[in-house]
Amino acid sequence: MTGESGTRIALIYPELLGTYGDGGNAIVLAQRLRWRGLPVEVVEIPAGESVPGSCDIYLLGGGEDEPQVLAAEGLRKNNAIAWAVTEGAVVLAVCAGYQVIGTSFPAGDGKIHDGLGLVDVETRRSFDSSEQPLPPRAVGDIVVEPAPELRLPVLLGYENHAGRTRRLPDGQGMPLGLVRKGIGNGTPDQTDGIVDRHVIGTYLHGPVLAQNPALADLLLSWVHGPLPALVGPVETEVLRRTRMRALEVSA
Amino acid sequence: MDMHRGIGNRRGEPWHADEAMTTPFPRRFSARTRAALAVEKLASSASRRLGRGSGEMIGGKLALQVSPQILTEVAAGRLAACVSGTNGKTTTTRLLARALGTLGPVKSNSGGANMAPGVLAALSRPPYDATAALEVDEIWLPKVARAIHPRAVLLLNISRDQLDRSNETRRIASLWRELGAELPDATAVANVDDPLVVWAASGWSNQIWVSVGQNWTADAMVCPQCANLLHRNPTGWWCSCGLARPEPIVAVTGPSEILWFGRLITASIDLPGRVNLGNAAMAAATARLFGVEVEDALAAMTGLGDVQGRYQEVPLGANGVHGRLLLAKNPAGWVEMMELLNTTPARPVIIDFNSQTADGRDPSWIWDVPFERLAGRTVLVTGGRKEDMSVRLAYAEVPHTVHPDAETAAATVHETIVDVVANYTAFRDILGRVAPMRTTT
Ligand SMILES: [Zn+2]
Repeated sequence: MTGESGTRIALIYPELLGTYGDGGNAIVLAQRLRWRGLPVEVVEIPAGESVPGSCDIYLLGGGEDEPQVLAAEGLRKNNAIAWAVTEGAVVLAVCAGYQVIGTSFPAGDGKIHDGLGLVDVETRRSFDSSEQPLPPRAVGDIVVEPAPELRLPVLLGYENHAGRTRRLPDGQGMPLGLVRKGIGNGTPDQTDGIVDRHVIGTYLHGPVLAQNPALADLLLSWVHGPLPALVGPVETEVLRRTRMRALEVSA
Repeated sequence: MDMHRGIGNRRGEPWHADEAMTTPFPRRFSARTRAALAVEKLASSASRRLGRGSGEMIGGKLALQVSPQILTEVAAGRLAACVSGTNGKTTTTRLLARALGTLGPVKSNSGGANMAPGVLAALSRPPYDATAALEVDEIWLPKVARAIHPRAVLLLNISRDQLDRSNETRRIASLWRELGAELPDATAVANVDDPLVVWAASGWSNQIWVSVGQNWTADAMVCPQCANLLHRNPTGWWCSCGLARPEPIVAVTGPSEILWFGRLITASIDLPGRVNLGNAAMAAATARLFGVEVEDALAAMTGLGDVQGRYQEVPLGANGVHGRLLLAKNPAGWVEMMELLNTTPARPVIIDFNSQTADGRDPSWIWDVPFERLAGRTVLVTGGRKEDMSVRLAYAEVPHTVHPDAETAAATVHETIVDVVANYTAFRDILGRVAPMRTTT
């Protein structure tokens, strides 16, 4: 998939889906390619412009309610990302972006909007019976034990969302992992996120790839195959050790 | 907290219960409010005597419980202005208080306690007809302004700050807009470069539109009125629904120039940077409503060299290194600080970064700050989340060193002055260590 210009990373609608620092995921991916001597191009797709189908990696971040609805409307106008995914493209969608790539999600007023349907999940404020009070907003540090198939170390991040997200019955894909600390999907199976083909949805901010470089390299290997080894940056190792100590999480 | 000489700082004065209980309060106050004022005075002087900070919060909280109407009563019969916004409210309040001080005594919560108890503390001592320049928290603004009926409300800006506390910028704009409908006699002094502020102020009966320039636009890409995408060009912004940048009557047009009601005037204050000239323009436009000439307002603002320790140079550690203290608590604030860091020669920069509750627990916003611009400088990192900042700088390819605290970091530099950029609690802590007994003027 990688053309002469190198790996193309699309940062989707950063002005709508960039409220929680998730644009950092593009910085991390690009640097981890550059540091390996591999060419890379980050393509910012401003809201209102059509999304090209020719990118290797699509990044969607968190956003507030109205921008999220606007982003979903914009992305539904052409199905470039869905087409690219069938061609093997990688998608990392965080928080509001995760909700948008599912089949449906609620806006601030409770109205249900259509998502892109890239993955078989749906989001609501609650899946409990209507007599139950709505669950509180999920805000705080989150730690996820990734699905063993992914061969990743423990995932660290920060979550800040009101929605609860569940897989559709008989849906494709598997959860990204089990929640060790925090809320994540907020469903009884205590999972966070979804992985289906090369699409990952998750509630982890941080940005998630800054705190979890192994996940960044997994996405890059989906584009490139096996990657040249990259040591460091040593700062990330220090950060992960510090956070795991602070959160009382063992590796 | 008192601007009025002669009343002054009570710290260190002997304290007598009978004095507090017998101080006569104006007879127009209800018995309940007079009792509440006595309680406030008692509590805050006791709290000061015991060394628990300024005592404003505890006294104010108790008084509000004793007399819920107390804010309305102590504000009645005086001119007041409220200053609110995400960034710059403490500085702008100080500038406004100095400008209004040219007319007579001014009361102000210059200590930064900006919720109802802090506002009450500023208004709870005589003279009860002194003009008030009040900093008010964004969320608290409606409650406070409804009680005190200000003549003017400065609406500075709305951007992301402490997202895990109050996560909707539009919600704040909406609260402000509804407030305007309830205050038909008040004037909104509003920043035309922030679409959220313009939409909020458009709901008011009267506006004075001020352009302060805005380097940070990422929080206002969506129209607050109709939720469509805003259009932007270098001179403004607009939406297909009709909401657009109003033509300002006051505008910062250069590093020391302001467009002022149709004429260009030279303006400079001692606080550095375009951001502070913008704050001064907002304050001067407000002071004009109270009858202060712009020349007098600017003259009064000049001479303010620091605000709650911001911009002041303090000794840092034992090696004779001085640090200029700068506050940056969100992406918009950091982008403003980048401009101030552009000194020649470039100073070393110490970044002191925390994520305590008052800072916002989520440190990921640092990825929205263009730290790449610090390349080529000596950068030193410290604070409770120094490891997160260190990773950010690594990816920005900014070489840096990591230290246990700012003083230790300063001991490693060879220059005599460094810039220290800290976020909220980091700033508070460093100020507490290097200048614990500083009094404000
Ligand atoms: Zn509009």
